[in-house]
Amino acid sequence: MKRPLRVYAILYLAFLYAPIALLPLFAFNDGTVIAFPLRGFTWEWFRQLAEIPALHAAVLNSLTIALSSAALATCLGILAARAATRFAFPGKKGIMGLIMLPLVLPEIIVAVSLLVVLLQLGLSLGAWTVILGHVLICTPFSIAILNSAFQSLDLSLEEAAIDLGETRWSSFRLITLPLVMPGIISSLLISFTISLDEFIIAFFLTGTEPTLPVYLWGQLRFPQKIPVVMALGTILVVASVILLTIAEYFRRRGAARTGQADTGGFL
Amino acid sequence: MKDTLGVTRPIITLDNVEKYYGDYYALRGITAEINQGEFFSLLGPSGCGKTTLLRTIAGFEEPSSGRVTIDGKDMAGVPANVRPTNMVFQSYAIFPHLTVAQNVGFGLRREPLTRKEKERKVVEALEMVGLKGFGARAAHALSGGQRQRVALARALILEPKVLLLDEPLSALDKKMREQMQMELRRLQRQVGITFILVTHDQEEALIMSDRIAVMFEGQIAQLDTPQVLYRRPVSRQVGEFIGVMNFLPAKATVGPDTHIEVEAAGLGRAVIGADQLPGGWHPGQTQSVGIRPETMSILFEGETTDRRVATGIVEDRAYYGDMTYYEVRLDGVEKPMTISMKNLVGRPVLERGSQARVAWDARSLVLFA
Ligand SMILES: Nc1ncnc2c1ncn2[C@@H]1O[C@H](COP(=O)(O)OP(=O)(O)OP(=O)(O)O)[C@@H](O)[C@H]1O
Ligand SMILES: [Mg+2]
Repeated sequence: MKRPLRVYAILYLAFLYAPIALLPLFAFNDGTVIAFPLRGFTWEWFRQLAEIPALHAAVLNSLTIALSSAALATCLGILAARAATRFAFPGKKGIMGLIMLPLVLPEIIVAVSLLVVLLQLGLSLGAWTVILGHVLICTPFSIAILNSAFQSLDLSLEEAAIDLGETRWSSFRLITLPLVMPGIISSLLISFTISLDEFIIAFFLTGTEPTLPVYLWGQLRFPQKIPVVMALGTILVVASVILLTIAEYFRRRGAARTGQADTGGFL
Repeated sequence: MKDTLGVTRPIITLDNVEKYYGDYYALRGITAEINQGEFFSLLGPSGCGKTTLLRTIAGFEEPSSGRVTIDGKDMAGVPANVRPTNMVFQSYAIFPHLTVAQNVGFGLRREPLTRKEKERKVVEALEMVGLKGFGARAAHALSGGQRQRVALARALILEPKVLLLDEPLSALDKKMREQMQMELRRLQRQVGITFILVTHDQEEALIMSDRIAVMFEGQIAQLDTPQVLYRRPVSRQVGEFIGVMNFLPAKATVGPDTHIEVEAAGLGRAVIGADQLPGGWHPGQTQSVGIRPETMSILFEGETTDRRVATGIVEDRAYYGDMTYYEVRLDGVEKPMTISMKNLVGRPVLERGSQARVAWDARSLVLFA
């Protein structure tokens, strides 16, 4: 590689990851001020995390929302991917395009428009409205992952099972489902992670019970709490990386199992 | 196969089966009987509806009109999973997440058998297709030929009344294909099950089948034994599709006692029997005669014959070792015709441009009129 290119690459990566690297640095720093030089190692901020009930409520809220969103988005993803790969129907391209749109739509637009609609309908905000929004943004990811899982399947596989005496449903369950299972797991994990980390939609649509990112944002107003936020952020980053790694592992395993070439995923 | 009274019994009856997609006819007026224990082939060019017909028999497609009867039962509304047919798919459709034994035993899931009995059946089925000891292998790690055998064993384990095979050999290389042709034939005789094979390879159909239905554009053009199809094609299209056939312009008139008089360009006048007009009279159609390359022979210097003789010029020749193919233009004919000769000991090979005398018989003419 040429020298300027290498410098550029290093700067780029530094710009991308240095802020994240600072998180754990200050999370373990024995001082309330976020500034160098570092003061020494401590577990104090992590210990404090364990003692804030509002935080625990937020974590619980976030987990509920993330689990529900992941499950719903993945179910919708399975249905859409199966329909898209098996059947030809009029307007298929247009419909698939519309479903995938939230992938590129600014989240703030999704959030505001959902908020307007919900308020117009006179519905009260709560965990379920956040779930609604998160399903909307997770489903395209889910479809993209599952589409590639379904596409690699030979359409005659299910027919072969039917031919051997199984019903439509049981052949789906016995043949297709196990073969796309890595994709399903990958979709669940990625949707879960997206929902867990998501801020804008959650900020607009959450009612009186904040999700974890919203709670975190609220805490930033109190300077003495910043190290605690750093500790929490560290945990979130580590959890996200682990989940995405597992998701990618399953996606690749799925690709290998059905013998398709790896076309690259989100990682 | 004949039953005890020596009567052939149809296992499948197709009665005016039609299938259209929108206003496109994939199948038109398909009427045929396929006999118990027969090796039956559907032969035709790509897109002629072979797969559609096979899938209609299997129950994956409902005919738009007409009736499919299997073993005396009307199949209308009977779904694929309860029909007494099993299928070997073109892609083989081996379940990649299961072992060979699990694949082969898949159809036994719902059978009221003990585990021991099921295992024994799987072992037997694997043995039958020459895959003894392969049971524990992962299915996705098999070669093409092995996959094909697994697909066969999996379909045969349920002892269907009819086994449907959609171009099962087209994915194999030439050598493997020839070997599997013989094996399929042997297997079919051994199990006595009716096989219906879809193929676009005329040689494969001739080698393997008891009877062949030749299809063009969704219709059966001719349904006969390989010999009859080859020797007495009902149309130029069929004659051309199966093997090589030379066509010469002709003029025919029906004489007394159904004898037909033909005047064929380059060959001359001949009297032929009614069986040599297998397609029947179609007044107004341009008339021609067909003749196969191997039914004619080139006479060499000094050779005499009591067969009919025509004369022409060797335009080209291709030497194949065991055979020589001559392109001979008969006097008074525009297009050269192909004549194949065995390279017997002492028989010379004629050069381009030499005069040739061609011996032929009226019996080997087929008239299309
Ligand atoms: N579901 C469908 N919708 C519309 N047209 C179809 C459908 N299935 C088949 N056809 C058409 O019907 C015709 C016959 O198809 P079929 O698959 O039976 O041909 P085939 O003889 O098996 O050809 P090949 O040798 O290429 O497999 C084709 O022109 C095909 O395009
Ligand atoms: Mg086909």
